[in-house]
Amino acid sequence: MSVVLPYLLSGISVGGQYALIAIGYTMVYGILRLINFAHGDVFMVAGVMMVYLSASLPLYISMPLMLILTVIIGFTIERAAYKPLRSAPRMSVMISAIGVSYLLQNLAAYITGGLAQQYPTVPGISNSVSIGPATTKVVTLVTPFLVIALVFALVMLINHTKIGMAMRAVAKDYDTAQLMGIRINAVISATFVIGSFLAAVGSVLYFTNYTAVTYTSGAMPGLKAFVAAVFGGIGSIPGAVIGAFIIGISENIVKGLEAMLGVAGVSLNIGLATFSDAVTFALLIIILVVKPTGLFGEKATEKV
Amino acid sequence: MKTMENKRGVLITAALIVCIFVFVGVAERIAPPSWNMLFMVLKKGSIYALIAVSMNLLNGFTGLFSLGQAGFMLLGAYTYGILTIPAADRASVYQYFDGGLVRFALPVPVALILAGLVAAGFAFLIGLPVLRLKSDYLAIATLGFAEIIRAVFQWNVLGPITNGSNLLRKFPVFQSTISYFVVVGLCVAVILLLINSSYGRAFKSIREDEIAAEAMGINLTRHKMLAFCISSFFAGIGGALLAMYQTSVQAAIFKSAMTYEILLIVVIGGIGSISGSILASFLYIACSEWWLRFLDQETVLSAGPRTRFVVIMAVIFVILLAAMVYRLVKPKAKSRVRYGVGAGICAAVLGWLVFFGVTGATRVPLLRNGFRMVVFSVIIMIIVLFFSRGIMGTSELPDLFKPGKKKREEAAK
Repeated sequence: MSVVLPYLLSGISVGGQYALIAIGYTMVYGILRLINFAHGDVFMVAGVMMVYLSASLPLYISMPLMLILTVIIGFTIERAAYKPLRSAPRMSVMISAIGVSYLLQNLAAYITGGLAQQYPTVPGISNSVSIGPATTKVVTLVTPFLVIALVFALVMLINHTKIGMAMRAVAKDYDTAQLMGIRINAVISATFVIGSFLAAVGSVLYFTNYTAVTYTSGAMPGLKAFVAAVFGGIGSIPGAVIGAFIIGISENIVKGLEAMLGVAGVSLNIGLATFSDAVTFALLIIILVVKPTGLFGEKATEKV
Repeated sequence: MKTMENKRGVLITAALIVCIFVFVGVAERIAPPSWNMLFMVLKKGSIYALIAVSMNLLNGFTGLFSLGQAGFMLLGAYTYGILTIPAADRASVYQYFDGGLVRFALPVPVALILAGLVAAGFAFLIGLPVLRLKSDYLAIATLGFAEIIRAVFQWNVLGPITNGSNLLRKFPVFQSTISYFVVVGLCVAVILLLINSSYGRAFKSIREDEIAAEAMGINLTRHKMLAFCISSFFAGIGGALLAMYQTSVQAAIFKSAMTYEILLIVVIGGIGSISGSILASFLYIACSEWWLRFLDQETVLSAGPRTRFVVIMAVIFVILLAAMVYRLVKPKAKSRVRYGVGAGICAAVLGWLVFFGVTGATRVPLLRNGFRMVVFSVIIMIIVLFFSRGIMGTSELPDLFKPGKKKREEAAK
C-alpha cells in the first residue's frame, strides 16, 4: 500500500487536472464537431501569464486577472480563427485550430525565450502534507474536490439555465437549433469562455504540481485531455471527467508498476515508465476499436 | 485535374523540372560556399516535399484525415539508420548495448526501400483496426499510434536494436543535393502515376462520397488500406532521407508537432494538389530556415539603413492596409471580420514602424530569438483564414500553362 499510494494520489490529482482541460474539449466538440487543438495551448498560456503577472502583482490580483485574460484569449481565438470558417469544411477549421496552437506556442517561446519558467507558489496549495506513508502537496488533495465541485456547478448550469438548454440544443442539432431562434454565436462563445476558464483553473493546479512552465508544456496534457474526452464519449461531460481520472491513474500506475511489482516480489526492471505517455494512447485505441463512441457517448447514425 | 488533355502544360512543366534538376546539379558543382544556405534549403525542402506529397495522397486525395505521418517517418528513419551503420562503427554508436544486435550493413538503396517497406508494413497493421474509424477519430487514433511508436523506440529493452533513447549516427548520407532530388523525384513520379491511374480515381471517389463510391463497386477497405500503406511507404522513405539530412536519428524529435508542420504545408500548398505541396514545402522551409532568419537576430541599424528599412516596411504595410480597408468598406464584402483582423494586424505593424521611426532608436524593436517563428505562424494563420484554398487549390502546375481560351477555341476548329 505504501508503494501504491503515492502513485494513486498523483494519478487522481493529475486526472482531475486533465478533467478540467477535457471539459473544454468535449464541450467544443459536442457543439462544433471540432477538435480544438489550441485548447492545450490556452492552458499553457494561462500558466505563462500567471508566471509574468505574479512577478509584479500580488496573488489576489494576479490570479483573477489571469483567469479573466485566459477567458478573453479563448473567446478571441474562437471569434478570430473559428467563426470566419463556420461554413467551411470541417477539416479547414481543424487546420485553423492547429495554426492557432502553433501561433500560441511560438508566441510563448518568444516571450519566455524558450526557457522553462518557475511557476509561482500559491500559498495554501503548494505546501507539502503527508498522508500516512506518502508525502504530497496539498494541491493533490484539493484537486479532486475542486473538480467535482466545478463539474457539479457546470452540470447545473447546463441542465437548469437557459444558456445551458441552448447549449444542449445546439449540440443535439446545430441547424434546427438555429432555426428555433437560438443565437448560435452566443452559445459557441459561452462554450469557449467556460472551457478556457476551466483550463485556466486546471493550469493553476497542474503547474503548482509540476512547478515549471515551458512553451510546449500544453501539448501533452492537451492531447491526453482530448483522449480522455474521447474515452468518456465525446460530448459527454461526466464521461470526460471519468475518462480523465482513468487516464491520469493508469498513467501513474504504469510509472510506478515496477516499484509495485518489486514489493510484491516480482523483480522487473525493463523501464516500463517509458510508456507512461503511450499507455494513454493505447487506452484510446482500445476504446475506439471496442466501443467507438466512448464510455458514455451517444450512438450516432449515419444519414445518407 | 486534366493533366492528360493538356499536352502543352505537361511539356512546359516537364521542361521546367528538367531545367531545375540540371540547374541544381550544375550549380552545386560550381557555386561558391556562400550558396550553402540555398542547398540546405533545397535538400530539406525536397525531403519535406516528399513527405507532404505522401500526406496529401492520404488527406487530400483519399480524404482520410490521418495524423500519423511523424510515426511513419520515425519508422523509416530508424530502419535506415539501423540497417546502414557500417559494422566497424557499430561499437561506438551502440556503446551502451555492446555494439547492438544487427552486425551487418546494407547498401543505401536497399535500406531506403526497406525503410519504406517497414513503414508500410506497420501501416498495414495499424490500419487493420484504425481505418474503420471516421474523420476525427481516425486522426486522433493515428496520432496516438505515432506517439506509441515513439515510446517503443525509446524503450531501453529494445536498445540493442534501436539504441534506446540515444542517437543513431555514423550511417552513410547523401552529400549532394541532386541525390535527394533524384530520390524524391522518383517517389513523387510514382505517386503521380498512381493518382492518374484507376486506383487514383478510386481514391478520389472515396474522398468525394464513400457511400457512392461503394455503390459503384469500389472496395472501400481495400482502397483505404492501399492509400494508407502507400502514403506510409513514402513517408518512411522521407523519414530515411530526413535522417540522412540530419546525419543522426533520435525518436524524441518525431513528435506530433512534426505532423502538424507537414499538415500545414499540405494546406498552404492546397489540399489535393501535388505540385502545390511541393511548392509549399520549398517555400515553407525557405521562409522558416532562411528568409525570415533576420527576425531572429537583435539588429542595430545605423541612420541610413534604418530609414530605408522603415520606409520599405511601411510602404508594404500601407499597401496591405489599404487593400484590407478597401475590402472592409466594400458594401457586399462577405467576410468583414477576416479583413478587419488583417487590417488590425497591418495597422499594428504600421504603428510599430512609425513608433520606431519617430523615437530614433537604433535597435530594431521586437527582433530577438524566436520572433521569426511568431511572424511565421501569423503568416500561416493568414493563409489558413484568408486563402483557405492554398497556393494551388486543387489544380496542378501544368494547368497554369494551359493555352488561353482563344487558342483553345482555335484548336477546336
